[in-house]
Amino acid sequence: MTTQVDPITTRLTPAAARTPDREPPKPGVRRPDARRRRRLGPGRPIPFGAAVGPLLLLAVWSLGSLTGLLDERTLSAPWTVLTTTGDLIASGRLQESLLISTQRAGLGLAFGVLIGTVLALVAGLSRWGEAIIDGPVQIKRAIPALALLPLLILWLGIDERMKVVTIVLGVFVPVYIHTHNGLRSIDSRYVELAESLRLSPAQFVRRVVLPGALPGFLLGLRFAVVSAWLALVVVEQINSTSGIGYMMELARQYGQTDIIIVGLVLYGILGLLSDGAVRLVQRRALSWRRTLAD
Amino acid sequence: MATHPGGLTVDTVAEVDTRPVVRVRELTRRFGGRTVLDGLDLEIRENEFVALLGRSGSGKSTLLRALAGLDPDVAGEGEIDVPANSSVIFQDARLLPWQRVLANVVLGSTGAAAFRRGAERLAEVGLAGRERAWPNQLSGGEQQRVALARALVSEPRLLLADEPFGALDALTRIRMHGLLRELCQRHRPAVLLVTHDVDEAIALADRVLVLDEGRITVDTAITLPTPREHRHPRFLAYRERLLAALGVDQPPTAAGVGPASASLGVGPASASLGVGPASASPDGRIATEEVSR
Repeated sequence: MTTQVDPITTRLTPAAARTPDREPPKPGVRRPDARRRRRLGPGRPIPFGAAVGPLLLLAVWSLGSLTGLLDERTLSAPWTVLTTTGDLIASGRLQESLLISTQRAGLGLAFGVLIGTVLALVAGLSRWGEAIIDGPVQIKRAIPALALLPLLILWLGIDERMKVVTIVLGVFVPVYIHTHNGLRSIDSRYVELAESLRLSPAQFVRRVVLPGALPGFLLGLRFAVVSAWLALVVVEQINSTSGIGYMMELARQYGQTDIIIVGLVLYGILGLLSDGAVRLVQRRALSWRRTLAD
Repeated sequence: MATHPGGLTVDTVAEVDTRPVVRVRELTRRFGGRTVLDGLDLEIRENEFVALLGRSGSGKSTLLRALAGLDPDVAGEGEIDVPANSSVIFQDARLLPWQRVLANVVLGSTGAAAFRRGAERLAEVGLAGRERAWPNQLSGGEQQRVALARALVSEPRLLLADEPFGALDALTRIRMHGLLRELCQRHRPAVLLVTHDVDEAIALADRVLVLDEGRITVDTAITLPTPREHRHPRFLAYRERLLAALGVDQPPTAAGVGPASASLGVGPASASLGVGPASASPDGRIATEEVSR
């Protein structure tokens, strides 16, 4: 045999493997570290990929205001909104409105998620539960929260109770639908396994049912978070004396587009932040899954 | 016992406890109009390794699921007496993907000692150090080893295995055979292994049953020295006979098989009954061919 060192073995040394092989492959030379990306599937994650779309939107908006394409009375410029935000913070109005709005959304979300989950568990684990619960929930799903508002105002008045109940009604439906679906799609083989291991009903729920339904629950939660903010907008712009929606409604009466925009941006940021939080939880809690997007 | 057709009553060595672990009487199971198990009787004794062969659709899995109590919705009757402490191994490893390996192993057990025992069983199946792995990070063979560890963690008196190696590649399967034998010798459960692989049955079992049309048509003890050599002439004789019982017509002088059986003078399947281990069975239980149709 020859004494010459094999070119392939040299390239496999740790030092060579550490430096990513960026230059185009020389013909006839194997690229030991070339980890080609998966051909199907969406490809590698983009750093800060989630920010690309919103930033693009902001750029278009700025451009429109700069060139005068967007009238100040139709849509205030981003910098006007920024200074208005500063004023609102200085006067304390923004914090006050934000606090009360977050409280309402949080309270409605908490109760809604709880109710949705419990209903989904009852309906998912027993045929009677499903027979009793599923129909009414599906009917409720077909009725928009807005349409229920007149009745809720008649029943509960226009105070905080009505607001929270409206949010709860918007929130529990997606949580119920997706958790119930997740529960029902748990592989029956796992149920059989639980039986063969003689798990108690409590162990079965804790080890099989809840983790099995978790992906569905978290998806429902993402929808729920969005519906909570949506319902908040509705209730705060009707007969309200506090909150972001009230602040915007007041601004409408005085024609202050900048404050309306501040409210809108605030709603948007709150929605994005809460959705991001749920997605973070999702990634942590479902780390056992290998999916297309990972 | 009255069912001994040969009336063999050989008092023998080691086996003291002859009470069966599993006792099935007149077991019938029906799916729709079809009778899958038809008045089946079966006994499995302490520490006995029984392999159940049968064509696909012969009711092998139905019998196993009946013993495991996993068929509450299936029509039928009969007496089943199995120990409360029995485990099942399925064809798929059936690990909960959202639980780590060790948590899967101790899924059925409670108490502080469970995790220690689970880790011990994992070490026994050669997976020490993988306790914190997720099931989908393991290969198919490794997953099935975790399932084996899970089945043995409660020290069951009966192990029911439904084609546990059916989904594995040939190489992995051979390794799993060795592992299963070793573990069964250490933990000494009675085993009912459902398989369609004749070689697997002969290589592993103390006794092989053939299920056909809802009844056990062959019940034969395997008396081969361990480790069982697939080229051993008696291995081949068993093989030929069981394949015949399963309705597989073999070419009479297939390469390799022909000379071996010819040298023993066991050409046709019926003749091989003569060299069968029936008479050689040391403990005098049903070890003769019993065709009940």
